[in-house]
Formats: sequence, C-alpha cells, structure tokens
Amino acid sequence: MKGRWLTWAPLGFFMALALLFAGRLLWPEEHVIPSRMVGKPLPTFSLPAAASDRPALDSRQFATGKPRLLNIFASWCVPCAAEAPQLMALKQAGVPIDGIAIRDARADVDRFLARHGNPFEHIGLDARSSVQLALGSSGVPETFVIGGDGRILHQHIGDIRADDVETILAIWKEAQ
Amino acid sequence: MIAELGLAALWLAAGLALLQLVLAALGLGKGRAELLSGVRPVAVAQGLLGALSFGALIALFLRSDMSVLLVAMNSHSAKPWLYKFAGAWGNHEGSMLLWVTVMGLAGALVALLERGLKRETHMATLGAQAAISLGFYAFLLFSSNPFARLNPAAPDGQGLNPLLQDPGLAFHPPTLYFGYVGLSVAFSFAVGALLTARVDAAFARAMRPWVLGAWVLLTIGITAGSYWAYYELGWGGWWFWDPVENASLMPWLAATALLHCVTVLATRDALRAWTVMLAVVAFSMSMVGTFLVRSGILTSVHAFAVDPERGSFILVLLLLYIGGALALFGLRVGTVREGRQFEGVSREALLVVNNLLLTVILGVVLVGTLYPLMAEAFGHKISVGPPYFNAVAGPIALVLMLAMAVGPLVRWRRDEPGVVAGRLLWPAGLMIGLGAALGVAAWGKIGVLPFLGLVVAAGVALASLIPLTKRNLRRTPLFTYGMVLAHLGCAVSLGGMAAESAFTTERLVAMKPGESVEAAGWRIRFDRALPLAGPNWVAMQADMAASRGGEDIMLHPQSRFFSSPPTTTSESAILTRWDGQLYVVLGEALDDGRWQMRIWWKPFVTFIWFGGLMIAAGGTLTLIGRERRGWMMRLRRHRAEQSA
Repeated sequence: MKGRWLTWAPLGFFMALALLFAGRLLWPEEHVIPSRMVGKPLPTFSLPAAASDRPALDSRQFATGKPRLLNIFASWCVPCAAEAPQLMALKQAGVPIDGIAIRDARADVDRFLARHGNPFEHIGLDARSSVQLALGSSGVPETFVIGGDGRILHQHIGDIRADDVETILAIWKEAQ
Repeated sequence: MIAELGLAALWLAAGLALLQLVLAALGLGKGRAELLSGVRPVAVAQGLLGALSFGALIALFLRSDMSVLLVAMNSHSAKPWLYKFAGAWGNHEGSMLLWVTVMGLAGALVALLERGLKRETHMATLGAQAAISLGFYAFLLFSSNPFARLNPAAPDGQGLNPLLQDPGLAFHPPTLYFGYVGLSVAFSFAVGALLTARVDAAFARAMRPWVLGAWVLLTIGITAGSYWAYYELGWGGWWFWDPVENASLMPWLAATALLHCVTVLATRDALRAWTVMLAVVAFSMSMVGTFLVRSGILTSVHAFAVDPERGSFILVLLLLYIGGALALFGLRVGTVREGRQFEGVSREALLVVNNLLLTVILGVVLVGTLYPLMAEAFGHKISVGPPYFNAVAGPIALVLMLAMAVGPLVRWRRDEPGVVAGRLLWPAGLMIGLGAALGVAAWGKIGVLPFLGLVVAAGVALASLIPLTKRNLRRTPLFTYGMVLAHLGCAVSLGGMAAESAFTTERLVAMKPGESVEAAGWRIRFDRALPLAGPNWVAMQADMAASRGGEDIMLHPQSRFFSSPPTTTSESAILTRWDGQLYVVLGEALDDGRWQMRIWWKPFVTFIWFGGLMIAAGGTLTLIGRERRGWMMRLRRHRAEQSA
C-alpha cells in the first residue's frame, strides 16, 4: 500500500519530539562541555567595530602576554542578556573582556549594551559568522579564555551562570 | 467553607467527566444505546459544577481569604477589586482551573446545541472531550490544588506587585486560553469523527464555529500580546520570536490552515483526511506551547513559575492525547473515504497551496523554537533569533499573502487560468507601478523584504476588495464581508510591518536640558528630568515637548527603579498620530549632566495591530454569518415540517 507509512509519519515525528522533551525534563542540561579548540592558537581575523563607542577587534590584540576573555554574543540572543550581569562581575574582578557580535547591526548592539551593560573593551562585528565558525563556536553565547600567548585555554558553551563565574575567574588567574 | 465547596465541586465534576467517558465508551463500544442517553445531561452537569468551582475561587479572591494558600501567595487585601478578580487566574493553579471550567462549559454547549451530527459521532465527540477534561482534572486535583488551605492563615497576601497590575495582563492569558479550549473542541470532533468513521461535511459544519471562534480569540490574544511587548518592554520592537510568543503563534498558524480547509470540507466535501490531521495538529500545538511555557525547558524573556513536576504531568497528557489521536489517525485513516475531486486551477487547489504554505511556516517556527533543545541534546547551547525567523519565514509568508489574494478570485471546482489572470489585472498593475516608484525613490535605502512587503501589501489590499465588485452588496452574505475584511486586515498589517521596518527613523542622542533634536520632521525639546516617587518605585521622569510645525505636545518618558526585586524598567512615552508613532525612551544619565535618549519615528506602525483587529473582526463576521445562515435554514425546515 502506497502512502501507508505516511499516515504513521506524524505519530513518529511526535514521539521523537516527546522523547526529546522527556529527555530534557529527566536529565537537565549539563554545564561543562569539553572543547576541541582548547590548546589551539586563536585563528587570525580582523573585524570592524560593532558598537559606536568601542574600537574594532583584531586577533593580534590577544597575543600580548596577558590573558583575556573573548565573548561571542548577539543583541537578538536571549541567553546573552541573561549572562550580562555575570560578564559585568568578571569585568569588575579585573578581567579584560572583548566581544564579537554575531549577525548583528550597530544600532541593535548599541541598544543591547545600553540596556544590559557594556563589559567589553573591543567589539568586533562578525556579520556572516565566519570568525565564529573558525573558532569552533556553533551558537551564542560562548566565551573563550585566551592565554597571553594567543592560545585558547578554555571554551565555555552557553550562558555564564552565577556559579560559573568562579571557574572562569580561576582559569583566567591561573593563566597569568 | 467556600474553599471546601469549590474543592467538592471540582471532585464531583471530575467524577462526572469519568462517568461521561465511560457512558460514551460503553454505549458505543458495546452497542448499548440506552447508556448514550445519559451522556448529554452528564456533560451539562459537569460544565455547571466546574463553573461553580471556579466561582468559588473567584469568591475567595474577592473576599481576600488569606487562609487559602493560593490567595495568600497571589493577592493582597489592598488591591483594587479588578485585580483581585483577575488574580484568580493570574497564577498556575487558577489558570488551570479556568481552563477546565471553560472546557467543561464548551462541552456542555456541544451537548446542548449540536444538532447536525449523527448521534454516534456526537456521543464519541463528547466522550473525547470528557477524556481531555479528565486529564486536566487529575492535574489539578493531584498536583495543583487551587483550594489548599494555609494554617495558620497569613495576615495578608504577598501579591501586590504593581508591575502585574495591568489590565492587558489580566485579560491577555484568558483570551489565549479560550482559544486553546476552542481548538480542544475541534480536536474532540476530529476524534469523534475518526472513531465513528464519519469524516464528512456534517462533521466539518459542526466543527467550524469552534475553529472560527478559537481563531478569532487567538488573533486578538496575539495582537494584544504584541502591542503589550511593544509599549512595555521599551525596545521599540513588536515581535521578538521569543519561545513564548512562538508558543501562541504556532496554534494560530495551524488554526488558520484548519479554518480554511474546514470550509472546503463543509461546502465542497473535499480534503477530508487533511482536515482531521490539522484539527489534531492545531490542538497539539496549543498543548506543546503550554508545555514549553510551563516546564521552563526553553529560556525566555517571559518569566513563568517553573516546576519540573508540572512539566512532566503536561508531557504525560501530551503523550496520551496527541499520541493517542495520531495513532488513531494512523489506524482509522483508511476508513476516511476519498472526498470530491477538483482541478488544478480551482479555489480548492489554492486553499491547498495556502495550507501547505501555512504548514511550512509552522514547521519553520517549530524547528526554530525547538532547535536550541535539539542542539543541546548534542551538547551545544544556542539561541535562534530573528535573523533565522525573518529570513526563512518572511519570504514564505509573502508568497502566502499572494496566494491569499488570488484564492477568493478563483471559482470552486475548476476555473480558466486566463480568466483568473484577467481578474488580477488591476492588483498586478498596482504592484508593478508601486514597485517601480519605490525602486526609483528608495533603491538601496530599504531592505529587500520590506520592499517586497510594501508592494505585496498594496496588491493584496486591492485584490482582497475585488470579491465585492460586480455584485449586489446588500445581498452579499455576511461571511463574504468577513473574508474580505480579514484578508484586507492581513494586507494592512503587512503594510504596517513593512513600513515600520523600511522607514523607521532612529536617533540615539545625549541631550542636556534645554536642547532640541530633529527626527523625521519632529522637533523634540528636552526641558528637564525630575525624580518622581510611586508606591514601590522611584523614577526619573523627563519633561519633553514634541512638535511637527504645530503646537507642542508634552511627553513624559520615565526610567523606573523598583526596590524589591531591584529592577529597572523604562516607561516609554508614545505619541500616536494617524501616520505613525513617536516613541521616546529615557536612558541613563551621563556624568556631564546629559541624558541618553532613544527616539524613534515609526511610520504606520499602528497598522500592524489595527490589521490584527480587522482580521479578528472579519472572523467574527464570518462566524455570525455562517451560524445565522445555519439557524435560518433549520428554522425554515422546522416550519415546513410543522405546516406539512
């Protein structure tokens, strides 16, 4: 019978969906995910400025002997707004932070930063996600700890929660 | 006493729902017709007891009975009575009780009013409705009892958050709920028709008013929600593709598709299996939406009380109903006989195109909403934002709009392509003319999508009026007016969206008191910023004056600081004119005495919501028109029988 399987396809799709939901309810998300980029040097890039009041971002700004954070965000990303207070806390602890805004517009970035605070020293605009892909990042937000020699020391996938701040701060201090 | 009365009524209603299900199942399954005569009275009694239970909850809130946990947590004796009243459903337990109450009352209406269906199908529908209600009763009684007592009673309640004292917030959720309940009735009709193998025009006619009513309420709910986000969040946007917004949009998309193919089934007896499938999908989407919102598995700007136990409960209900209905569909779709055939150029064919496009958009939104979840299952945490949704759903929606403009101009069953093209001459000419004019005037200044949006909106607006030409307007049925109004509303709304994104002027400025700024023909003067104190907030309020050649109009944007919990909200000042809105937000103070200001002139932005209301009004007209015609025909038949 032609098309017989088609009548069962909706049920199959729905069961897969329900499985996904159930999995997510039973095993809530895990925070720390090991990264393949750790230990590798930062790819070279040069991005235009993404915000009106912060300079552009270049990969050469990283290999200066001091470790820095590189945060990948976007003004349209909800978890990025949620992690803003944690980034501000890191900045207040003395960590220099640079940002890359993904697929964004300058006016939107300005608005986002005005609303949620601006912890960044340099902000580059990655309009086509090319640098993001080179960094091995698949989404926003993500945060990298870059060593003073320009190597990636740590990759944090997802928003930085309040209990992640200490971990990231410790990695940054250790790199000094 | 009132709380105990409410709880007792709730238990009784649950018992009656079980009885309703058993009577219908035994009556149909074992062929014992005498049992079926009990189904309708039980359904009515169940609805009334549910209403009594909800009435008890409202009484508890109005009397501020602080010995009830739910009242103590969510109300306060000093609240205005309107918010005490609305507080009854402004929380998880109360909103679920409202849901089952409306569902019970809808079941009672189906029991009392439905006359066109075969008896078995009618009874199977009521049985299915009882099965759905039963799940929600269990949810309430075992995991979310709204009548739980608090001993000792609290001295006063904790719910005096003025942020939540907003008439929009009080009536926005129930509007959506009523829409979801309407879709649950459509779902029950589909299950009843599948069980008794009677997927036919009578089934579609019985289901249609519920689909239409639900769709009107969802339209109003989404329009109101969008405007609320626009004026309250202070970001100047009107749609954020947030999971909670998507959760309300997906049932609407499915209901829009359903409402069109239910008309095909009712009038032309075609698209049988597809109509049943869509009825299941529409209700599934409202359940999935409720699950996503309540279980908190997606990050959203809308905060909801989140509880994994409740999430699990809704997931089990989801599995039972939707899984059950889809399995039933797989088993019984073979009994659905093929409906009538139609040609490739016919109104039916265009409605199929409309359905396919709506389904694709629904899929795009569903995938975009769930993609973060799926990616997370593989170890990535990401956010899918407007760049995806606008770029993927936008172009499909434009094609959908074009199909919507052509559809009503094509005859049922079959039509000549050349003749149809002739009817489209004027709209096509308008689109080419406007496209050329816009192209010359604003090439490179506006994006492709807004450009196409403006052109399509103009063409669709003109085309949507053509069904009213060359006919006697006084004898045109009400539902044709309804369709024209709703389609015109779509064009108006699209025009507003396109104009807003193409021509918005935005100024980000830092101003000293006394300075002025020009934006899109407006001259905006900043006089001073003064502190202001409210009940539990302090604010900086700016005194500003805006003028466009005429008199000064005062504007007072605020930046509010709430002490507990410490939050800052911006109260934007919005000035509405027929051709747009001036939207002013007060930002932070700078060290040198200047203030940050965000000023937008948004041309024709109000058209977005005005169009939404036109769509809802069109749906209401169609509902009245269709139902009135049905009643008239029944009345005439009744008279003919009596005189015979």
